[in-house]
Amino acid sequence: MTTSSSTTSPEEPAEGPTPGSYYGNPIPYLPIEGYPGKIIAIEGTDGVGRSTQIHLLREWLEVQGYGVVETGWTRSELMQPTIEIAKASNTLNKLTFVLLYATDFADRLEKEIIPALKAGFIVLSDRYVYTAMARAGVRGVDRTWIRNLYGFAIAPHLVFYLRIDEKTLIKRILQSRGMDYWESGMDMKIGDDIYDSFRSYQKSLLKEYSSMADEYRFRVLDARRRVDVIQDELRRQIGAFLAESETTTTTATAPGP
Amino acid sequence: MEGIDGSGKTTQLGLLAKWLSAAGHSVVVTEWNSSRLVKVATKTGKKKNTLTPMTFSLLHATDFADRLLYNIIPPLKAGMIVLADRYAYTAFARDAARGVERKWVRELYSFAVRPDLSVYFRVPIEVSTDRLLARRIKLKFYEAGMDMGWSSNTVESFRIFQGKVLDEYDRLVEEFGLSVVNATGSITEQQRVYRKLVSQHLEIANDDEQLDDIA
Repeated sequence: MTTSSSTTSPEEPAEGPTPGSYYGNPIPYLPIEGYPGKIIAIEGTDGVGRSTQIHLLREWLEVQGYGVVETGWTRSELMQPTIEIAKASNTLNKLTFVLLYATDFADRLEKEIIPALKAGFIVLSDRYVYTAMARAGVRGVDRTWIRNLYGFAIAPHLVFYLRIDEKTLIKRILQSRGMDYWESGMDMKIGDDIYDSFRSYQKSLLKEYSSMADEYRFRVLDARRRVDVIQDELRRQIGAFLAESETTTTTATAPGP
Repeated sequence: MEGIDGSGKTTQLGLLAKWLSAAGHSVVVTEWNSSRLVKVATKTGKKKNTLTPMTFSLLHATDFADRLLYNIIPPLKAGMIVLADRYAYTAFARDAARGVERKWVRELYSFAVRPDLSVYFRVPIEVSTDRLLARRIKLKFYEAGMDMGWSSNTVESFRIFQGKVLDEYDRLVEEFGLSVVNATGSITEQQRVYRKLVSQHLEIANDDEQLDDIA
């Protein structure tokens, strides 16, 4: 997990963990080498339009004949009910918060992501471990510990980070569904005022994401632009990546159009 | 306190708690995998047999973290004695037996408080199996390690799994300096050894308290 400062363009960094392999120590009973599928992660805070973009990407990829599997944060069959109850009951602390997320991720990794990779699907991941790391980082959880914890995560082939500034974000959130307790970091007891809390929490979160951009080779996109402009950019980069990986894979296991 | 299923450790822990309470100590007992937080998930996962070694490990770590913060640290701060029926070593032993990386599990639990005394009740598999079967305890799917697919026979699977767990415990005895009690002896005999081990630690604690009082 070292940062790269080579001469490669920001779009195609070359160093760091090999995409499609474990970040840290592998899960001993689950070897994943040579699986034909790809993981494309879309990261960003709440309200940056991740799900809209993923929805559009899926359409586009499927029209071209790619098999697509979607996976999203806290959506595991095993953990979703528990996480919902826990969030509602307000008894979570930063450690259990982190561990519940990690369990959810492990369940999805083993049940959804790895089987999909094996079968040659493109996995579109709505958020990835970086969300967990950012939230934990803001709450003061030890960075080395959380990185070791997520050592079993697989490095995605592409990570897009939809970046936004906190002022634009606030307006978007208020226009849509409003601020909620956890998104406002109210558990951190920054203050009683939800607006102030939201602002300072999201600001710290954005800082955490930025600090990870180099380390995890985020491809940063400006999320303040129009939906179609962002989508075009995503398609251009993903298209280039897929075209390249198909020419380099002589075995041609990836599904073509 | 640690030991495989059927090592008699829960009996021993109960007797120890009685003794400590009678001697005027405030005692709190906390059991492995008992927090309400992960109950639903553990139950669903176990019922549907969908837990993997990794999610099994992480759910137990979540349970532990929850109990640590609500049931273990507060009593410690209040100067009470916390008796833990199984501790992180159970995770180290079981998860490793299921093929999870040893180093990863140890790092996962690095937030745990190191116990003042860790006692391991060592018992051969035959003895533990006989005890469990004699009590007509139906060996459960995960307890018997059935998720690993080593054997379709529950008792056989239990033997294989617990054998691996025992090997891991032996490793832990060295690594973390667990005190070993031979759990094949009579209940009273074991309890005597156990109390002796515990009293050594209490004397030190009492001395400290007295010094605090003087200061």
